[in-house]
Amino acid sequence: MAYSSKVIDHYEHPRNVGALPKEDPNVGTGLVGAPECGDVMKLQVKVNPQTGIIDDAKFKTFGCGSAIASSSLATEWLKGKTVDEALAIKNTDIVNELSLPPVKIHCSVLAEDAIKAAISDYKKKQGAKTATAQEHAQPSA
Amino acid sequence: MAIKLPIYMDYHATTPVDPRVVEAMLPYFTEHFGNSASRNHPFGWEAEAAVDRARKQVADLIGANPKEIVFTSGATESDNLAVKGVAEMYREKGNHIITAVTEHKAVIDTCKRLEKEGYRVTYLPVQKDGLVSLDDLRNAITDKTILITIMTANNEIGVVQPIAEIGAIAKEKGILFHTDAVQAVGKIPFNVNDLKVDMASISAHKMYGPKGVGALYVRRRNPRVLLSPIIDGGGHERGMRSGTLNVPGIVGFGKAAELCGQEMAVEAERLKGLCERLNTKLHDGLDEIYINGSVAHRLPHNLNISFAYVEGESLLMGINDVAVSSGSACTSASLEPSYVLKALGAGDDLAHSSIRFGLGRWTTAEEIDYVANKLISVVTRLREMSPLYELAKEGVDLSTMQWEVH
Repeated sequence: MAYSSKVIDHYEHPRNVGALPKEDPNVGTGLVGAPECGDVMKLQVKVNPQTGIIDDAKFKTFGCGSAIASSSLATEWLKGKTVDEALAIKNTDIVNELSLPPVKIHCSVLAEDAIKAAISDYKKKQGAKTATAQEHAQPSA
Repeated sequence: MAIKLPIYMDYHATTPVDPRVVEAMLPYFTEHFGNSASRNHPFGWEAEAAVDRARKQVADLIGANPKEIVFTSGATESDNLAVKGVAEMYREKGNHIITAVTEHKAVIDTCKRLEKEGYRVTYLPVQKDGLVSLDDLRNAITDKTILITIMTANNEIGVVQPIAEIGAIAKEKGILFHTDAVQAVGKIPFNVNDLKVDMASISAHKMYGPKGVGALYVRRRNPRVLLSPIIDGGGHERGMRSGTLNVPGIVGFGKAAELCGQEMAVEAERLKGLCERLNTKLHDGLDEIYINGSVAHRLPHNLNISFAYVEGESLLMGINDVAVSSGSACTSASLEPSYVLKALGAGDDLAHSSIRFGLGRWTTAEEIDYVANKLISVVTRLREMSPLYELAKEGVDLSTMQWEVH
């Protein structure tokens, strides 16, 4: 199968490979896919609590070249975006940017799922933090 | 010595034609172009004599009588002829066929078609090492069983089935025994009488001969096997396979068989050494790699390894100057990972992480070292970006994790 030059570039020079501290309340982690399907993506975002902007994004992917490229591209796009802007990224944007063939569309879908999972994890943590803060606040009220 | 890239290490898929084979074939395209079925002029006689020589060369390689060789277009046709030919010819006697889950598609899909036509087929499972259990085989036999078809050596994992034992069981029960011997003939000793095989499929292009020619060995005595032809016409090949013979192809097949007979022992020893070299280097450079299939009962030139936590297609992308194949779904036309590896019960994730190395006549030690070093660096790089490797290193048991299966 022939890959687009962009897929090859991301495969050979993946952007933002790595891990952010999972316990950090400002870090959201998404882990999607399954080993038996041949694709697992872990995508993390670190949000600046003051600005609500994604300062950093990291990924690790087990999967084919297109899956690696999709997640690499996603981390590139996420940096500098607000959480809401990040949620607006669609798998079709990834398909177009990387010229993915039809058999590889599932890779882009997985990347979109990974973004959503990471942000939902971040929001959950923020919600929990606010809830804890309120609990702590109650006695003195 | 400089290495020529890309490196070919996919000899199970096909082999280059040996230059000595090409040389033998050439006159039969031009000077001696006759139809071997032309009985009344020298052009036909020459072609017929050439086919007879080749028939003997092929027969000699497998310990058969030349009259027992039926030339075909390749092993897929041979498998079809054996299975369908027996099924139709012996329908009165029974309707049950026994095969195994790891057979080549040419056998599996033929059996599936027969099932639609009312035959019953037992697909024997294989054990963790890829071998069929003789007890399972014995238990599967019924008084309606007319054929056992089990491959000699597997095309993906290279495991060699206990053919002589299966042959003995088939003989004892009076059941015909066919084996797809494509990957084995010319590579390891294969004698139809020692193995008690009644039919065997062979292909020229897997043994340094040309594509488009193969053979079915069909036993003539004890028992005399009768087959219904699947191609009707001029009654060539004792009525079992009509169609003008591919004379240059058959000449090449014969020469390839002769060369294999002469060189097999030395070649097998050399390739076994190279496979061990590859395996040792990979094991020295990487942890968590697993050989798929039996090590003891294996072709000398096959290595099939799963590189845990790394997906096969991304691995192939990283070694794009090496021609190998992967059991991963993404590399093949289907979306399922290798059914052969799945049958070993190792888990789909390991099937996705597998690479098949097929070594051959022109594989060198330099190539082995190049491939090993390249793989070690690519696997290391891909593991650094693998979430599975990270989880495993954290001590998470991946098999007990809850995954969102898409």
